[in-house]
Amino acid sequence: MTPKKQRRLAFAITLLLAGGGAAALAVYALQDNVLFFYSPSDIAAHPEKVPAGRAFRIGGLVEKGSVKRDRGLEIQFVVTDGKNAVPVRYSGVLPDLFREGQGVVALGARGSDGVFTASEVLAKHDERYMPPEVVDALKRSGHWQEGHGSAGAS
Amino acid sequence: MTGELGQLALCLALALSVVQAFSGLFGATRGDVRVMAMGRGAALGSFVFIALAFFTLMFAYVTSDFSVMAVAENSHTAKPLIYKITGVWGNHEGSMVLWMLILGIYSAAIAMSQPEGSDANARLGSRALGVQALIAIAFLVFILLTSDPFLRLYPQPFEGNGLNPLLQDPGLAFHPPLLYLGYVGLSASFSFAAAALLDSRNDAAWVRRARPFAIAAWTALTLGIAGGSWWAYYTLGWGGFWFWDPVENASLMPWLIATALIHSMMASERTGAFKSWTLLLAIAGFSFSLIGTFLVRSGVLNSVHAFANDPRRGLFILMILFVAITSPLVLFAWRAPKLPPGAAFDIVSRETGILLNNLLLTAAAATILIGTLYPLVLDAAEGIKISVGPPYFTATVIPMMALLAVAMPFGPIFLWRRSHFKPAVWSLRFAIAAGVVALCVALAVARPMSLLGMCAVGLGIWLIAGSATDIARRAGDWRRVRLLPATAFTSALAHAGLGVVALGVAGTSVWKSEAIQVVAPHQTMQIGGYTLRLENTERAQGPNYLADRAEFTVFSGGQKIAVLHPEKRSYPVEQTATSESSIRTTGVSDLYVVLGDPQQGGGWVVRAYYNPMAPFIWLGGVIMALAGFTALGARLGAALRSRRQSPNLVSEPAE
Repeated sequence: MTPKKQRRLAFAITLLLAGGGAAALAVYALQDNVLFFYSPSDIAAHPEKVPAGRAFRIGGLVEKGSVKRDRGLEIQFVVTDGKNAVPVRYSGVLPDLFREGQGVVALGARGSDGVFTASEVLAKHDERYMPPEVVDALKRSGHWQEGHGSAGAS
Repeated sequence: MTGELGQLALCLALALSVVQAFSGLFGATRGDVRVMAMGRGAALGSFVFIALAFFTLMFAYVTSDFSVMAVAENSHTAKPLIYKITGVWGNHEGSMVLWMLILGIYSAAIAMSQPEGSDANARLGSRALGVQALIAIAFLVFILLTSDPFLRLYPQPFEGNGLNPLLQDPGLAFHPPLLYLGYVGLSASFSFAAAALLDSRNDAAWVRRARPFAIAAWTALTLGIAGGSWWAYYTLGWGGFWFWDPVENASLMPWLIATALIHSMMASERTGAFKSWTLLLAIAGFSFSLIGTFLVRSGVLNSVHAFANDPRRGLFILMILFVAITSPLVLFAWRAPKLPPGAAFDIVSRETGILLNNLLLTAAAATILIGTLYPLVLDAAEGIKISVGPPYFTATVIPMMALLAVAMPFGPIFLWRRSHFKPAVWSLRFAIAAGVVALCVALAVARPMSLLGMCAVGLGIWLIAGSATDIARRAGDWRRVRLLPATAFTSALAHAGLGVVALGVAGTSVWKSEAIQVVAPHQTMQIGGYTLRLENTERAQGPNYLADRAEFTVFSGGQKIAVLHPEKRSYPVEQTATSESSIRTTGVSDLYVVLGDPQQGGGWVVRAYYNPMAPFIWLGGVIMALAGFTALGARLGAALRSRRQSPNLVSEPAE
């Protein structure tokens, strides 16, 4: 091999190693750090998908009249998609746009008592906007109404 | 009337862009001086008309002309003037006009820097202008067909819908324009690379022309990202500065590629190494900008950045993206066999350092791209909704950045083409010692103990000390530092800036403390060695909002040191609430207080954070941008001097 070819080969091998290494790292990290999204009806239909302690995201509407605050920082509410509902417990400060009857996405895990303990609660960013997963969950449970807040063009 | 004027201006800009594309590309092929000059004139004219459209739109916002639909949907008479002006780009339509305005600025700058005559350099610039015009045509058609900012609304409403209160912040004045200056600025490198491929001459000429634009884009992108992170930090009320939100990733990926590009351009221009690779990076840089535009503007993401959306827009941008990525790559594949090979270099050399930099930065960009697109692909393919959270990105990007930081101080110490490892280590001995000492100090002092935090502190100090070594070595003696030319400081500043950022990131993510408590008036809470006392809360009236405003007195060691006023605002027009955090900064740490919800038994939920070294994150960003300004200033100075001496001479780069 000429020195030029050797250099090109070395360059190609480094590139492949770096690319392969990065891809391996990415795949490895993806396996552990992917969070699935489930609606209350998904959980009712396939409870085996969410064993106690497995982190996932849940979304739906905050059921009207379900928000209870005890001792200030402990908050309980119910997330519903119209067909099924899941109780949620959260300790901390809720986002500014968290309201009853509005869309919400919570991140956390279910306990053995079936209560979802949230580590993070996300509400929508503004009045016109609803998290797309929630829109989708409501559409699947047949409880989507235009006027809930449109996710599409306004 | 103004609406029609703006629309007409956009159409005229489109017509001139068509002229620019034809005369730029065919003028260069025929070597016709007059046709090429026409392309230049069309670029300037097109810029003038886009600017006219932009300011017409701004006029409609400032005068609250609700017969224009975009204004009615995104503005309100009660909004303060500054937010009427910045509200122009606080929505999809207006932000696309800003995007075009900045593309016009870069095209005009290329036209202004175009040499007279019909030599190879003039033909190169002319083709680049032609490619710029093709991009402009695509986006002007996109605006006119799917996102007309001047669309009329009849009957005209009496009042507008207002602007999302999260965007009613001075951050909207600087963050999007800077980010766009960066995103769109990468189009110039893209166009010059495409022009070089069309020319089928791959010497360093295109790099010489494109490099100032790449540096300008990188500088603006650095400031835009740092500014956006600061905005998120003080406005979102979580005390965090980076969330690995897909839209943030969309700005970080072009930054990583642009960083790789300005390094690889340096090697290409200086020694002729990495010729083909630099071409590919220039194409990739703008492609990532377009991917970012697609992610933000198509509605596939849910984010504060994604305004109300329309699927047609996504499809259109996807088409632009497809053509813009594939056509230069096809051109590259066709021309590549004929391209001369890049210059050789030894295994220990500055080029090897730059190669490592490029590998790590592109690999980081690629892993971020995978993490950002994976949920979209999985949703589209199987309807499974997942999200990829911060743990993925920290697990992939942090190790690569750490490796990069270990290698960075060696780059400027190594010589071009052939260097030696041992003398480089020897000249960096003090920097190595400083890094190790910093790591040990972090191990001994900082609690809780964190391997990641310790490494970040050690690497941060290593980068800063490595930069100091570089400057000392160039000067030979510390007393002669002020005799050094400005360009001697650019890499030192940029590398040290990243070191400062590393310190800030470590402090804020590893050693912050957080307290949440219900506090009634005259009660206190403790955080990070400070005592906060809630004095009172009052109702306050803003220009377009009502607020609950709390007053906290901050005590440190029994001494009253500050008064903080966090607010909880509610905007009646938008029917939305926001929290305004109040921050006391010492320059090396932040005390951050947010007012939460009122409690039934009296008292308020209060969140407080103590963020050590948080200001370093943005200070580091500014230092990095300063490096960009230094490099640009030196080039501009050299260009002006040489133009004064002989008007037809092409300026040699200062570096």
